[in-house]
Amino acid sequence: MKKPFPIVPTIIALIAASYFIIPLIATFYFSLKMTRGTLSFAAYASVFQSEEFLKTLGYSTLASLAAIVMGAVIIVPTAYWVRLKLPRLRPLVEFISLLPLIVPGVVLVFGYIRLFGSNSWLPMTNSDQGTNLLLVIGYVIMSMPYMFRAVDNGMAAIDIATLTEAAESLGASRLRTISLVIFPNVRAAIIAGSFLTFSISLGEFVLPSLLNRPAFGPYLVQLGQDRAYEPAALAIMSFAFTWGCMVLMQAFATKKPGQRWLPRLSRKI
Amino acid sequence: MPASLSFPGLASKGHNMTMNLSAPRTDAQDTSPPPLSARIAAFGWDWLGIVPFLTFALLFLIGPMLYLILGAFQNADGSFTFDNILALSGANIVASFSLSIRLSLLSALMGTLAGLVLGQAVILGGLPQWVRHAFMTFSGVASNFAGVPLAFAFIATLGRLGLVTVLLRELFGFNLYAAGFNLFSFVGLAVVYLYFQLPLMLLIITPALDGLKSEWREAAEILGATRRQYWRMVGLPVLTPSILGCFLLLFANAFGTLATVYALMGSGFDVVPVVLFQQIRGNVLYNPNLGYALAVGMIAIMAVTNILYLLLRKRAERWQK
Repeated sequence: MKKPFPIVPTIIALIAASYFIIPLIATFYFSLKMTRGTLSFAAYASVFQSEEFLKTLGYSTLASLAAIVMGAVIIVPTAYWVRLKLPRLRPLVEFISLLPLIVPGVVLVFGYIRLFGSNSWLPMTNSDQGTNLLLVIGYVIMSMPYMFRAVDNGMAAIDIATLTEAAESLGASRLRTISLVIFPNVRAAIIAGSFLTFSISLGEFVLPSLLNRPAFGPYLVQLGQDRAYEPAALAIMSFAFTWGCMVLMQAFATKKPGQRWLPRLSRKI
Repeated sequence: MPASLSFPGLASKGHNMTMNLSAPRTDAQDTSPPPLSARIAAFGWDWLGIVPFLTFALLFLIGPMLYLILGAFQNADGSFTFDNILALSGANIVASFSLSIRLSLLSALMGTLAGLVLGQAVILGGLPQWVRHAFMTFSGVASNFAGVPLAFAFIATLGRLGLVTVLLRELFGFNLYAAGFNLFSFVGLAVVYLYFQLPLMLLIITPALDGLKSEWREAAEILGATRRQYWRMVGLPVLTPSILGCFLLLFANAFGTLATVYALMGSGFDVVPVVLFQQIRGNVLYNPNLGYALAVGMIAIMAVTNILYLLLRKRAERWQK
């Protein structure tokens, strides 16, 4: 049978591509129209000049980075330990790590407010520090399914049992083994998980809004109610940001352990 | 992006194995207890390694959930009651659950069908490889592009002053809004949701489409089957569990969406997450135990959906070996 030119699939692909791309073009065009009569980047300039923008973005960046660090510190040793010593507990740990998928953010934070609210046994929301911590913890929980998955896949790719034995026979302590042998070997996997965490938590709205934190998500919503052109500019930037996170995540997730980082990519965003 | 996750079986048989020490042998001749170090060794301290993780999960995931679940069955004095659960049948709450479920069903249905058609075209349609690669990469991004910025993008596109709305009116004289479309409506929301549902569907249905072996098609063709017959009798039956599973995942994905709705509609569109959000923030209408019941209702729907998804996925994997 001769293969004719795939007409129908081409048409379908074109329709889908336009559904995907037209909103982006429209939004971009819309964001350039702030000054009447001409196309300009005025909306972008206005966004960047806003003090509120920089402040909330800075706050959310910090919170997301903290969540990445905390997530890695909790999840990497656990994934390692379960693989090495407790394969029987694996279903339990995996189940717990997937549990956040069935708990919507609004439910999670509701539980936090009730359990750690001002009249509770552990009143974390009474101080700014405590509330910040609670926000970070919320992000750790929300990104746990992805982080655990990424790290666990990374562990599967290296022979942790042999590496551990080798390190131990050279006299390394447990902590030294984890921090100097295992951690560097799954670094790419952790970074892959980190980019996902980052893209989840940076513009997240529900948690900071209900915890009353000056984060980027609530700022976005407020801006959407007050302005017309800046939100479009932010939508474009946020799409570009998500794209960047995903591309970097892909790059790190497919990197083999030990593979050279050709142009040594720095880890900051 | 649940797409990249592979879910393990839930059967967690025998967690207690490691703690199930083979008791230190106490023979009849030797009645003195074994030295402490031996007992510790026999007990094994390995399980201690995951205590930090379990503590964290218990405090900040399982604890809050249990608190809400228990609270849903208590009244203000703390005694057991079904009143809160029964109060879920109040007209307002039933209406918002119904709205949420209808919206999630519609958007999941649209996403599933569109994703299936697109997947069939891109993966199996004989298009060049780079097309597939481009769609997959884009889908990875778009399925994560939800929340507030997505709402902004659609306001700029299909809002009253959106580019497409304006272009249609000025170039073709077609007034979208006069024709009955409204971005800030049930259908409008479903169109917005499609922007992350369709890519998600494409990502999660691709393994199943790749799993359709070309031998099956060839065998069917040799036996004289038409394309239609192949799809009706081979392709679709094999894909059915995957398609249903994906549909459920999309449903859950839509059901939990809050930020997109809120940014688009404000507080005027009472899907369940928004109602709960309003309750928590405003402390209005305040019977916290009713709030617990709302939260538990959400968890229940998400849990049922995900468990069904896992079961279907197990079934679908039979063909992907």
